[in-house]
Amino acid sequence: MSAPDPPARSLTALSKQLQSRQVSATALAEQTLQRIAEQVSLNAFLHIDADLTLAEARAADARIAAGDPSPLLGIPVAHKDIFVTRGWRTTAGSKMLANYVSPFDAAVVEKMRAAGMVCVGKLNCDEFAMGSSNENSAFGAVRNPWDSGRIPGGSSGGSAAVVAAGLVPASTGTDTGGSLRQPAAMCGITAIKPTYGRVSRYGMVAFASSLDQAGPMARSAEDCAYLLDAMAGYDRRDSTSLDSPETKQSILNAFQTKNASKRPQDKVFVGLRIGLPAEFFAAGLTKDVAARVVEAVEVFKQHGATIVDISLPRTELAIPAYYVIAPAEASSNLSRFDGVRYGHRASEYQDLNDMIAKSRAEGFGREVQRRILTGTYVLSHGYYDAYYLQAQRVRRLIAQDFQDALKQCDVIMGPVAPTTAWKIGEKSNDPVAMYLQDIFTLGVSLAGLPGMSVPCGFDSLNLPVGLQIIGNYFAEAEMLSVAHQYQQLTDWHLHTPTGAP
Amino acid sequence: MSFDPVTLLRIANLARIDLPAEHLSELGDEMAAILSLIDQLQAVDTSRIVPLSHPLSVIGEMALPLRADAVTAENLREASFANAPQTENGLFLVPKVIA
Repeated sequence: MSAPDPPARSLTALSKQLQSRQVSATALAEQTLQRIAEQVSLNAFLHIDADLTLAEARAADARIAAGDPSPLLGIPVAHKDIFVTRGWRTTAGSKMLANYVSPFDAAVVEKMRAAGMVCVGKLNCDEFAMGSSNENSAFGAVRNPWDSGRIPGGSSGGSAAVVAAGLVPASTGTDTGGSLRQPAAMCGITAIKPTYGRVSRYGMVAFASSLDQAGPMARSAEDCAYLLDAMAGYDRRDSTSLDSPETKQSILNAFQTKNASKRPQDKVFVGLRIGLPAEFFAAGLTKDVAARVVEAVEVFKQHGATIVDISLPRTELAIPAYYVIAPAEASSNLSRFDGVRYGHRASEYQDLNDMIAKSRAEGFGREVQRRILTGTYVLSHGYYDAYYLQAQRVRRLIAQDFQDALKQCDVIMGPVAPTTAWKIGEKSNDPVAMYLQDIFTLGVSLAGLPGMSVPCGFDSLNLPVGLQIIGNYFAEAEMLSVAHQYQQLTDWHLHTPTGAP
Repeated sequence: MSFDPVTLLRIANLARIDLPAEHLSELGDEMAAILSLIDQLQAVDTSRIVPLSHPLSVIGEMALPLRADAVTAENLREASFANAPQTENGLFLVPKVIA
């Protein structure tokens, strides 16, 4: 383990350097591309285009020269390859879309560019965001910067690895059942999955539409506050985008207001009620992860927080409910890949039906096929009520459990995942074993609640552990502030793997 | 609940995925394991529980948004066609379907 990083790696510090012309966006982009080229063994980037990047950097420099004070201006960002991009290829980690170039930009990509961020490339992920280890990418697994023999988590594995390795200060990811939080935990960085409907899904390659939600990844909660503020907002092009009084407020303003109060340090969490669900500390959780999470909670307690014992009795049921609903929606969403208008087309076939079936067999990887088949099965005649509707009923019970729990506390805390990063290949032949690893993140997704992962220490192998912070709908600013205050008292988020700048 | 090859092939046909014969046995085992996981749902009493499709409807009715019936998309015809496997005269080509 190297010493904690100098604070210059934070977005706000970088922004000051850019705005004061100590460094130009162009020079920063060039340096970033150079570092990325030196770290190809991570296998994190799927597409890099220096010309496109430098053009965006020059545009950012022009805005800085014109006096534009936007805080994200000139900051490098890399996008998960689930967000469609004009110019850059968008593969969704699939052979199906190996050569696809979108005619339009995703809302998130548009918004980051409007904020002046400089895109440095597209990031590897599990195929169509289906996976918890990144091994389901058609382009090979991303390596965990803390141990190259281990997985970075998934599905936003590339997004987590590049921030952890210090290649970029920020990245985007998506979370359907834990795909932002779990890789953030396994790579030792900070991430937030916002309330369902906060960030537009327009231009996100769809996996499970009632669950998919985009969010930022960065070193710290403060950096995530800037990024989420830029990403969030109503978008009429996404029918589930929320246009409410809550979503009209600036997340960054609310975050800064909450941090402004000058309390004595030992009382910084006075009034904060933290709920600990008994089910999140039950069998299956490894000793080291449990110990680090308990230690983190202790920090909150020592600084004034009240601990409340709560119950989320259907925690285990989130697994079967999710693995019915997500595959059902996936089987519907992925029916668009037919080898006719875009995507892979088989070279040999007998007729139209055969062409479609062969193109899908060749273009989709094993896990995607399993999920499409599962989804087709649970939606098929005679099984729809027993599986799909039953899963949606259980989904309501799970969402209601969270509402009941959040009457007793302000935020819920627990582990993100039962273990730290496992070895590449360790679980790849056992889909159900992999699904069980998602136990602590799935419920939040089913309920559409915001959830965070915050670094809270290391296990005996020096692998990062993540603390999960769950809040009620639209509580992002409060959660980010709670995490930020924790990061003022601890330095786990500043640790970097050996070799990272 | 088992996943016999007949069921597997029926589902694969519905899903339009041409499964190679040599994968059927392994895939059948994997699907059976997934089914036994999701079968845990059957034990839950959900009588009188309304299915939840939009997560936030747990805190209040979600109204379906409407928008003006107007053309808003730009013309992306050329860029869209650039991704097609086979085109001719501004049309997507597929194998002949009419005898």
